[in-house]
Amino acid sequence: MKKILPSEITPENIYLSRRDFLKSMGIVTASAAVLAACGPSAPLTSSPELTTESAGTTPAAPMANTDELGDPLNSFDDIANYNNYYEFTTDKQRVADLAEGLQTSPWEVQVGGLVNNPKTFSIDDLRKFEVEERIYRMRCVEAWSMVIPWMGFPISKLLAEVEPKAEAKYVRFETLVDTDQMPGIKKNPWYQWPYIEGLRVDEAMHELTLMATGLYGKDLLPQNGAPIRLVVPWKYGFKSIKSIVKIDLVTEIPTSLWMAAAHNEYGFYANVNPEVDHPRWFQGSERRIGELGRRETLVFNGYKKEVAHLYKGMDLAVNF
Amino acid sequence: MKRSTFNLPLTTLTHLSAWLPLAIGLWDLWQGNLGPDPIREATLRTGKSALILLLLSLACTPVNFIFKYRSVLKLRRPLGLYSFMYASIHFAIFIGVDYFFDFGLIQDALLEKRFAIVGLSTGIILLFLAITSTKGWQRRLKKNWKQLHRLVYAAGILAVTHYIWLVKQGVSQPWVFAGILVLLLSMRVKPIKNWAASLFRQLSSQRA
Repeated sequence: MKKILPSEITPENIYLSRRDFLKSMGIVTASAAVLAACGPSAPLTSSPELTTESAGTTPAAPMANTDELGDPLNSFDDIANYNNYYEFTTDKQRVADLAEGLQTSPWEVQVGGLVNNPKTFSIDDLRKFEVEERIYRMRCVEAWSMVIPWMGFPISKLLAEVEPKAEAKYVRFETLVDTDQMPGIKKNPWYQWPYIEGLRVDEAMHELTLMATGLYGKDLLPQNGAPIRLVVPWKYGFKSIKSIVKIDLVTEIPTSLWMAAAHNEYGFYANVNPEVDHPRWFQGSERRIGELGRRETLVFNGYKKEVAHLYKGMDLAVNF
Repeated sequence: MKRSTFNLPLTTLTHLSAWLPLAIGLWDLWQGNLGPDPIREATLRTGKSALILLLLSLACTPVNFIFKYRSVLKLRRPLGLYSFMYASIHFAIFIGVDYFFDFGLIQDALLEKRFAIVGLSTGIILLFLAITSTKGWQRRLKKNWKQLHRLVYAAGILAVTHYIWLVKQGVSQPWVFAGILVLLLSMRVKPIKNWAASLFRQLSSQRA
C-alpha cells in the first residue's frame, strides 16, 4: 500500500486556509461537509473526481489530512487491517484475510417495512447516489478510535426514495448471513445472527448519518463492510452495521445483536459518552490507533453540537 | 535412571520456553508485526503468557501426584516467578505505555472496572508470592509459608476472572482457561485426585 510521506502531508495552516477558500467559494466538500452539517440545510455537492475514483487500485488522496478537529487521518493500512467483524472472526487482525473475496456483486439491499414505495436496490442502483467524502472519527466501545475518510451518501437520500410512512419510528438494518463465506457465524453460534442494528428515524435522517460505499476514495473492502454499510459517527462503532442486505422501517425498537447478547452492556442508543459507564470497559478515554497514551473521549464523539438536540430531555444514562 | 536424565533438559527447557514469548514479542515489536494497535497486542500477549505460566505452575503438583513424576515439583517456583515477570510487564505497559503515566485516567480505569480490580488483585498476590518465594522467607515463615502460598489458587481464579470479564459475551477463549483451572483445582480434592491417580495406574498396568 502506498504510504503517505510526511512531505506530502499538507501543513495544517495551509489546508485550513484552503478549506476557508473552498468554503468562501461555496464549494462544500470533505471535512467541511461535517461543519456544514451544523446548518439546517447546507447544500452538499460532491466533487466530481471523487465519484469516479472507485476504479483505482491505490487509495486516492483524501480531500484533507485531518478531521475538523485537526486530528490526522489513520492510514489506509490501519483501517483495512483492524476490524471487528464477527461474521468472519473475533480476531481483529485476521478479518482482512478471511473476508477477502467476499462476493459483493451482485448485491441487493431490500428496503421495506412501513414505506409507501418498497424497493430492492441493486449495487448499480446504489451507485447512482452521489458520493461525497466525510472524514469521521470512529470510536469503538472497546475504547479505541480511528479517523476515517469515508465515501458515501446520507441515508436520508435513500429513505426519501422509499417514502417512510408516518407511523414508522425506527429503522432496522440487517447484515448478510452467508455461512459459506463467513466462517465466524458457525464458530460463534451463541450470537443471534444475522447482525441487526437500528436507529430512530430522526437519527437516520440526520445529515451526519452516512451510507458508506468507500473509504480513501476507493470502494470499501469486505473487512470494512463492503459493498455498503452504515456510519453513525456519534455512536459506538458497533452501531455502524456492515454489509447491509435489508433495511426495514418499523414501529418497535429493533433488538440489535448486541442488545440480545448483553442488554445491560449494549443499549439501543449507544451514543459515545464518557460520562455513561459501561460495565466492561472504561469509557472516559480512548486510544487513537497509532498514538501512544490516551485521549479523553468526547461527548457524542465530538459531534455534540450537531446531534445533542436529538436527545433533548432524555436521560442518557438510562437510554444508554 | 530415566528421571535423572530427563531432569536437566526439563529444567532447561522450562527456562528457555519461559523466555520465548518475551523474545518473540520483542522481535515482533522490532519488526512491526504487532499490528495496528501494538499496545493492545503487547498487553494481551503478556497477560496471556502470565496466565499460561501460572496454570503450568498449578499443574506441577497434580502431575506429580498422578504420574509420580517428582522432577516437575521444583518447576513450581520458576514457573510462578516467570508468571509474575509477565504480569509485571503487562502492568508496566498498562501504566507507562497505554495510559502514558496519566494517573488521573489510570485511577479511574483501574478502580472503576471490575476486570481491572481483579487484575490488580492478582498482581498484588503474585507480588507477595514472588517476594516470599526465597529460601530465606521459607525459613522465616515456617509453617505459614505454605499457608501464604496457597494464595496461588486465588491468583489463578482471579486471573481467569480478569480475562473473562475483559472480553465480550461470546468470546470463548477465557472459558478454555477457566476449564483448565477448574480441572487443576479439582485435582487438589482428595477423592478426585485419588481417583485420577488410580485411573492412571490401571491404564499403565494394562499397557504393560
